Amino acid sequence: MAKKKTIDFQALLNEVDTLFPTYQALDQDGNVVDESLVPDLSDEQLVELMSRMVWSRVLDQRSTALNRQGRLGFFAPTAGQEASQLASHFAFEKEDVLLPGYRDVPQLIKHGLPLYQAFLWSRGHVVGNEYKDDLQALPPQIIIGAQYVQAAGVALGLKKRGKKNVAFTYTGDGGSSQGDFYEAINFAGAYKANGVFYIQNNGFAISTPRDQQTAATTLAQKAVAAGIPGIQVDGMDPLAVYTVSKLAREWAANGNGPVLIEAVTYRYGAHTLSGDDPTRYRSKELDDEWQKKDPLIRFRNYLQNKGLWTKEQEEEVMENAKQEIKDAIAEADKVPKQKVSDFLKNMFEEQPQNIQEQIKFYEAKESK
Amino acid sequence: MAQKTMIQAITDALAVELENDKDVLVFGEDVGKNGGVFRATADLQDKFGEEQVFDTPLAESGIMGLSFGLALEGYRAVPEIQFFGFVFEAMDEIVGQIARTRYRMGSTRNLPITLRAPFGGGVHTPELHSDNLEGLIAQAPGIRVVIPSNPYDAKGLLISSIKSNDPVVYLEHMKLYRSFREEVPDGEYEVPLDKAGIAKEGNDITIVTYGAMVRESLKAAENLAKENISVEVIDLRTVSPIDMETIIASVEKTNRVVVVQEAQKQAGVAAKISSDIAEKAILSLEAPIGRVSAPDTVFPFGQAEGIWLPNAADIEEKVKEIANF
Ligand SMILES: Cc1ncc(C[n+]2csc(CCOP(=O)(O)OP(=O)(O)O)c2C)c(N)n1
Repeated sequence: MAKKKTIDFQALLNEVDTLFPTYQALDQDGNVVDESLVPDLSDEQLVELMSRMVWSRVLDQRSTALNRQGRLGFFAPTAGQEASQLASHFAFEKEDVLLPGYRDVPQLIKHGLPLYQAFLWSRGHVVGNEYKDDLQALPPQIIIGAQYVQAAGVALGLKKRGKKNVAFTYTGDGGSSQGDFYEAINFAGAYKANGVFYIQNNGFAISTPRDQQTAATTLAQKAVAAGIPGIQVDGMDPLAVYTVSKLAREWAANGNGPVLIEAVTYRYGAHTLSGDDPTRYRSKELDDEWQKKDPLIRFRNYLQNKGLWTKEQEEEVMENAKQEIKDAIAEADKVPKQKVSDFLKNMFEEQPQNIQEQIKFYEAKESK
Repeated sequence: MAQKTMIQAITDALAVELENDKDVLVFGEDVGKNGGVFRATADLQDKFGEEQVFDTPLAESGIMGLSFGLALEGYRAVPEIQFFGFVFEAMDEIVGQIARTRYRMGSTRNLPITLRAPFGGGVHTPELHSDNLEGLIAQAPGIRVVIPSNPYDAKGLLISSIKSNDPVVYLEHMKLYRSFREEVPDGEYEVPLDKAGIAKEGNDITIVTYGAMVRESLKAAENLAKENISVEVIDLRTVSPIDMETIIASVEKTNRVVVVQEAQKQAGVAAKISSDIAEKAILSLEAPIGRVSAPDTVFPFGQAEGIWLPNAADIEEKVKEIANF
């Protein structure tokens, strides 16, 4: 009798893990650990990227304060995720289409959404979602995973039109459990569509830790089943994030199909400012450990060593950001209140009877 | 007895059933350590352990499919959908699968599942958190939709739902969670499913409503009493299927009726009630059936909720119109 073949399941599992190392260019102190991942960015571009990251940190701090004063509405903190958000976005073109999640407002603003509109979105005002034709983006998505399947569609559309552009989209570690996540990367893979799909793995989906989402060792490896490349990158390292993103964009834009990127990062703040208390699920030790990996410190050290960044420069960026925010809030304050009659007019291009009746009713009510 | 908010009453009901029946399982996104985003499941994991109270990965279709499977294995599943607007992700499981299984298998299987979820306007949530989607589920036979309007009912109805062998969608209006307290008995008691309650008796006109609109209607009734209009307020409690007997008896007494819902006007629960009244009691009516609802737009941007949501003043106006017809 032939010997039965035994299969070592544990070995199968272990084998997958070796395929997904964490790409890193800079160590915690800003020293280069992998020269091959340092991008060919000019000095001006490096400074611009740092400025954007500092701007984003200021926006986070000011938004938190404005929320507490009741001058903003919904806010999902972003501090800690600057490299993951701004360095990835830096790799894309204005004509690439951004499909953001609710935490991806900094990228949206850098993609062209006026800041005062981002504030209006936060306040729950429709003007915040009135996007100019040349803004290649959708408003932040609240339904987790919904932007992913849509990104697959945009990515296919771009490919069919023969454009060398891509759709790029973000979700969280939690979002990577959603059915839409799998459907999206599978569709995009099947059509070899021009998509770049990010998972910003910040360790928690509200309170649920990453290891409760899946038994997979990395989230990047979810790409395997879709037949597309998956990469895990140190999401606190702006240079590695940029390089990986740029390469993924080129790959997708040139018709090779989509890429899945997992950026390993951290959010210092609460999940959102709507009543979440991170001390219920996160320890101070964990916070401290991640603060040491801060993308701003890391990039600042790197740039200072190259003689490209000074304290004064950073202060200037911060002052400018604060002024910009102040002006944007003032502009948002000037926008007139919303009317239910206008909402009714927005429902259809041609108004059916029921809507016409209701427009009259609310116009009368609003004129009282 | 103690004075409790609606959310405390809900936590209480869950604790009672987790204690009484070890096959009761409470699960969903963030329900464990965090105790849910509204703390409805606060401390339950500490008390009952991770086998009975646990976090799930972030996937609503998965949560409801899990509920289906656990119920088939004899557990009483009490899943939480974090906000009811996220139910679309799980519509197939709820309406396409869970609601039909007993029928489909010739009543040889039951699915004792109680889906809990917050919903309802007036608290300025982002998109799709507040939407009043009860009408969508009410469209499907085979599944109950329960909406309490106060702490006492919330506890009794939730216990009845969990003990029921049929699937229930149990919806918790966010604005009611902490807005007032009421005496809530300790331990187990039930408020029957499928039975409306009379929130206030009256003779001149009937208001039929549910959820947060019960309180708005009671406010309106109080003001209308000053103008000598005596209003009877019916709190549906179960919005699908609807207790038409109680409604018809009241309409036959008052001869006038206004149906109030927070949801948009088109289709939905109020439309069903109005048509049933027309069908069963048209000759008792001395005026058209009045309806108060939100307009037919998407649930509005946060800043405009105040105008969009129906309130006591809108109800008063409509009641006067129908009373003076
Ligand atoms: C379909 C859906 N389910 C649930 C929610 C509620 N919710 C909002 S954010 C969140 C956690 C998301 O975690 P993750 O995807 O890791 O992203 P992060 O917020 O950490 O950036 C949950 C459960 C939602 N918005 N949409």
